[in-house]
Amino acid sequence: MNIKKYGLLLMLFCFFYSGLHAQTKKNTTHSGSAASIARGKIVYANICLACHMADGGGVQNMNPPLTQTTYVLGNKTALIKIVLNGFKEDVEINGQTYSNNMTPHSDLKDQQIADVLTYVRKSFGNKAGAISMVEVKKVRAANVAPAK
Amino acid sequence: MKMKKVLILLLPVFAVIGLIVFNACKSADRDAVDTANAGLTLPDGFSAIAVADNLGSARHLVVTPEHDIYVHIASAKNSKGILVLHEEGNKTTLKTSFANYGGTGIAIKDGYLYASNNTEVYRYKLNDKEEVINPDEPEKIVTGLLSKRMHQPKAIALDNNGNLYVNIGAYSNACSDFDPDKKGCPILDSAAGIWQFKSDKPNQHYGDGIRYAGGLRNVVGLAWNQQDNQLFVMQHGRDALHDLYPNLYTVHQSAELPAECMFALKQGDNAGWPYVYYDWMQNKNLLGPEYGGDGKKPADPKFINPVAAYPGHYAPDGLLFYTGDQFPEKYKNGAFIAFHGSWNRAPEPQAGYCVVFQPFKDGKPDGKWEVFADGFAGTPEQKASGRAVHRPCGLAQGPDGSLYVTDDNKGTIYKISYKK
Repeated sequence: MNIKKYGLLLMLFCFFYSGLHAQTKKNTTHSGSAASIARGKIVYANICLACHMADGGGVQNMNPPLTQTTYVLGNKTALIKIVLNGFKEDVEINGQTYSNNMTPHSDLKDQQIADVLTYVRKSFGNKAGAISMVEVKKVRAANVAPAK
Repeated sequence: MKMKKVLILLLPVFAVIGLIVFNACKSADRDAVDTANAGLTLPDGFSAIAVADNLGSARHLVVTPEHDIYVHIASAKNSKGILVLHEEGNKTTLKTSFANYGGTGIAIKDGYLYASNNTEVYRYKLNDKEEVINPDEPEKIVTGLLSKRMHQPKAIALDNNGNLYVNIGAYSNACSDFDPDKKGCPILDSAAGIWQFKSDKPNQHYGDGIRYAGGLRNVVGLAWNQQDNQLFVMQHGRDALHDLYPNLYTVHQSAELPAECMFALKQGDNAGWPYVYYDWMQNKNLLGPEYGGDGKKPADPKFINPVAAYPGHYAPDGLLFYTGDQFPEKYKNGAFIAFHGSWNRAPEPQAGYCVVFQPFKDGKPDGKWEVFADGFAGTPEQKASGRAVHRPCGLAQGPDGSLYVTDDNKGTIYKISYKK
């Protein structure tokens, strides 16, 4: 009876410990931008999710995934410009081509764009740096909207 | 005492081992369930087996009386756009392969195999065993069709009078990118319709064909109905009603609407894209929001109505009229529809990924459609998230009346049979 109790306690402890550990790890990676991520998640759900899906995995042949791609994880200016100007070219990611157009989202506020991109760059297994409102503001000021 | 301590220390290890064994048994059980009928759920008396697997993106297919299966692969790796499998005892072996192009459309008519890529239609002469005589030298029947990043596949069908029908999909969701001032969608002259060409005349361009029916956003499943000698097509309806018009459509309406439509076409018909869409819940053809619609205003009656309608975004990719004798009487001359499954229902769960049966009477849909084969997607989670394991695409009828279904995700070919 006792043996079983001890064993159970030990097991429970192991589970809790590993759970706690994972939780702490998560929090450290996201430190400093937790609020931005939380706001970005809402923007994502309203604007991006319908095409890029809840898991950021996109849709085969049509809507590109937002994971494991330099479009998302690389140059911040280029990424901000995609949100501002949309995207009207075929894009190849890991050997797959995606060809749906993305509409421009320049109607979003600088803070919203910063939030949603920070969320995307830190979700779905992505671990890239946050994007600030100031960075979006700069890119928008220098941005020339493409001809329709 | 010592023994007790060791046991205490080892207990978690036992527990973990136990868990692993338990889970292994559980998944073994699940495999056993899944392998029955190749993971599909079917009506009583029907069974399914996977006769081929891992073929790549297997699109449309045909099965010959000699049990050869021609299957068109979307991308032609190593010049293997068309695979020829030979079936014996419910198993297939790769007999040969050819075609340096990938594609969707494939059909056999009057001694020829027809196959399409995104811009052309070819044909190959067959011998008396329905084998391709010269796989490296097809005749190019149609050439120079538009293919612009969206809805590129040129699905095909043939009638009994020497005509070939080719879908040319719209390279747009609702034409707003090409018609910002709403003066009339300018791409309808060369896309968004079914074109008719001669099935035996080489090198035909747009000008040699007839725009048989227009206002069809995109068609992948189409078939000639032998009973009333008419072309039937399945249209992929438009996307993003809520995303584009959040004030007019709820998230739920946007997931369910518009209907995926079955049309029975006559020459000159106009199905109305991008000006209209069909609401299967109200049973009405409605004016599209890009052109002043509000979810209630009716469409101009000059546009034809569908003969049957299905839930939004199911993505009908295959259509077949069943003429075999193997299945029960009610299936005879009815339509099977392969639904590829949705992506534009998020944040609602994705749906489709099934083969539907539509009863017919005297060459017209008669009665409510029913899900015939389901379970392609995998677990409910895989289905809801859109990360389906298998996705139905092409349909064919075998010489014994069995139904063949391709899956263009994993490249499985299912054979569905009935036994009394």
